[in-house]
Amino acid sequence: MDCTEVQRLLHAYLDAELDMADTLEVEQHLQECKDCLQSYNNYQEIRTAIKTSSLYFQAPEKLRHNIRSSVLKANRNAFLSHVTSWRGLSVAAVLLFAILLSLWGITRLWPTSSGNNVLAQEVLASHVRSLMANHLVDVPSSDQHTVKPWFNGKLDFSPPVVDLKAQGFPLVGGRLDYLDNQPVAALVYQRRKHIINLFIWPSTQNMGGVTDTNTPQGYHLMHWTKSGLTYWAASDLNLNELQQFVRLIQAST
Amino acid sequence: MQERNQSVRFEQLILPHLDAAYNLARWLTHNDQDAQDVVQEAYLRAFRFFHGFRGGDSRAWLLTIVRNTCYSWLQQHQADELTVPFQEELHDVGTETLDPEVLHLHSSDQQRLREALETLPVEFREVIILRELEELSYKEISGIAHVPMGTVMSRLARGRKWLQRYLTAHMNEEE
Repeated sequence: MDCTEVQRLLHAYLDAELDMADTLEVEQHLQECKDCLQSYNNYQEIRTAIKTSSLYFQAPEKLRHNIRSSVLKANRNAFLSHVTSWRGLSVAAVLLFAILLSLWGITRLWPTSSGNNVLAQEVLASHVRSLMANHLVDVPSSDQHTVKPWFNGKLDFSPPVVDLKAQGFPLVGGRLDYLDNQPVAALVYQRRKHIINLFIWPSTQNMGGVTDTNTPQGYHLMHWTKSGLTYWAASDLNLNELQQFVRLIQAST
Repeated sequence: MQERNQSVRFEQLILPHLDAAYNLARWLTHNDQDAQDVVQEAYLRAFRFFHGFRGGDSRAWLLTIVRNTCYSWLQQHQADELTVPFQEELHDVGTETLDPEVLHLHSSDQQRLREALETLPVEFREVIILRELEELSYKEISGIAHVPMGTVMSRLARGRKWLQRYLTAHMNEEE
């Protein structure tokens, strides 16, 4: 990669939006080229300054209060009196209409209660619980040769355990979990501060490709099967990086 | 009882993002009172459209509405804000040269940085706010700003380059 190409990709690199191959090439170039490295450092300096300069405007308490009470009172139709003070009756009428509208079709929101969605809910609940309950791992180790044998005798299958430290997803450990009416392996990986739970159990199903599910809670779930095992990855990591993680796992299992 | 559930869900999913909504509106409208008006209106719209929310990231969903409301508001009240030309050639620095000069920002440069961001044309300002302050991905920003991901990247690149020029130029003024 030459300077022009690196300058073109530099911002995607700064934002962790590049794929693995380009990331490595940019890194390689930055080690060798003083000018590009300087330019990278300058942009980092600006990014840090923006993040640390208290440029974030917090909502005023008054606004918070107004909106909260408007929403709370919506049910009692008291929204009317609230909105008239600042937007006039037309908005009140619109809102009344909105409330009427909401009487109809709102039943199709995620999650619905069928098949994979129930399982997705289970996986999500398990992921969230693992973060809340101070029980993230049973075997804390970044060594795949420690984690894999730990499952021996605890499960009737041997989950593939790979370390992706070099690719930026270090293994944190493993845990026994219970999903889909059976004990399953949960492998825990980390990306910066984000935790990824990878659940694995045997499956007779075979599906092509990877499905991903967004949840209203802001988590991403990705699901696929390979060689008789079913995989679910759950994380609050952004979708791009989680997809990258899934590709890495798929490539090495 | 459906509207009751609706309202509870709205409260759980949408209300917590009030700071994000206000921050974006504040940066796009430049002042507190206008931002408050815009956010109130955006929340009304959000409430109205909430039955159409099919899951996914509720913050990105809300910010899309806030951003649209901001743009309608700007069209009505500050139309010239939307047509500010992007002057890449600030202080006679060519656009394609590298900037090998070392940039060291101090805490006293905060005000400068705020100024610089306020001066940046709105379509560049918004991607920087969404990326740096909300830490959204290119994909999410592309959804909120209705532009392709490649455009998100190039706006971030040009916006940051411009900020750097602005800050460097003003540091030199002081010396």
